[in-house]
Amino acid sequence: MALSDTARLTSGQSAIPPPRALPNWVVRGLSLSGLLVFWWGLSWLKADPMVLPGPQIVLPRLGAEAMSGALWHHLGATLWRVVQAFVAAMSLGLVLGILMGLMPRLNRWLDPWLVFFLNLPALVVIVLCFLWIGLNETAAIVAVAINKIPLVTAMLREGARALNGQLADMAQVFGMTRMARLRHILLPQLAPHLASTARSGLSLIWKIVLVVEFLGRGQGVGFKIHLHFQMFDVTMVMVYALSFIGVMLAIETLVLQPLEARARRWREA
Amino acid sequence: MSLHAAIHAKSFGALPVLRDVMFQVRRGEVLAVLGPSGVGKSTLLRLLAGLDADFTGEIRREGRLAMVFQEPTLMPWRTALDNLRLTAGVDATQAQAALARVGLAGKGGMYPGQLSLGQQRRLSLARAYAAKPAILLLDEPFVSLDTALVTDMLALTESVIAEQRPATVFVTHAQAEADRLATRQMMLGALA
Repeated sequence: MALSDTARLTSGQSAIPPPRALPNWVVRGLSLSGLLVFWWGLSWLKADPMVLPGPQIVLPRLGAEAMSGALWHHLGATLWRVVQAFVAAMSLGLVLGILMGLMPRLNRWLDPWLVFFLNLPALVVIVLCFLWIGLNETAAIVAVAINKIPLVTAMLREGARALNGQLADMAQVFGMTRMARLRHILLPQLAPHLASTARSGLSLIWKIVLVVEFLGRGQGVGFKIHLHFQMFDVTMVMVYALSFIGVMLAIETLVLQPLEARARRWREA
Repeated sequence: MSLHAAIHAKSFGALPVLRDVMFQVRRGEVLAVLGPSGVGKSTLLRLLAGLDADFTGEIRREGRLAMVFQEPTLMPWRTALDNLRLTAGVDATQAQAALARVGLAGKGGMYPGQLSLGQQRRLSLARAYAAKPAILLLDEPFVSLDTALVTDMLALTESVIAEQRPATVFVTHAQAEADRLATRQMMLGALA
């Protein structure tokens, strides 16, 4: 059927492993271990722990920071900002993207705005938000959300443009409620776009959150990186960067991938 | 009377498509709409279904509407059973009965992609059947099927219509299909 074929084409994120290949988690583990060895090799070549400390220096400091509780405090603060900005950007971008995808006239008027905001540098938005709203939490979340909304809108507009008109007709003829159409017709078709938007969204948002924290917050991973940057403590900069990458890897593995697998179940049945 | 159409004019921009199409279809009647392709048969059906309100005239529908489309038009991410439950608004037992009625007993847990094209067509018919419609619209439901499947589906559709007696409008370009199913026939001609 034509629809499932297009959906198959757009799914594409993580391919099914060929038969007799290593399981995904083994490949992931080996790949990350390789990165660790690469890092260790570079630090061994540099032979200056002030400039590039190896894993054998960074990992014990990470453990100590975790034991003291400071790590969790700052990771939590950053994660909470990421979650708030993510929810705001995804929901607003979803609505805007669907409306622009389904209404060509609205799209004609809003498209120049979209191009404008897509090309507005993140740093400019952050600085302006801090200047206009103040050096506070609201400004931080708003700045990150404004940076991300145009991207979500653009990606979901593509999804909405590819919606199957015949299914919409069918739903109308059979008198499906608005809620049922949203749940059973619209969202399943947008699921691949939502998944890729969520993935690229998370990775972008936490990077912007770090810049926001670097410039104007008193806690969070970005704040700690700023602090240790001023003291030229490369080890601690790496401790905080690594631990947040770890958090993001965990979210990817424990939340995003299972959700995606569930949305994809019908294709693999 | 279940379906009453008085369409004075329908056009796409400057291009007129339908003019002065008037008919009524009562329950138990099957009106076949014939005509060459591009003459406006599908447009007429979209007006009847309420999918296009941009015309002058009036269409009155009494009772529940169901439609069988040219393509099966199923939700590929929902099981066969859910495709019936969510659209026809029936419970699982009624949906199972509708599946059995079209020869798909035991296939309720399968996704449309796991069914053959013939089975998908049957599922599409089962959806209309489960809705127990007062008005049934058929939009060339047998087009692009091989001969054996057409014979099969015609017989099934005929028995379903005989059982539920909806007011049926059947768009087709095959005279033989119209002769088989219809109680009345209407030929759409090109506008001068």
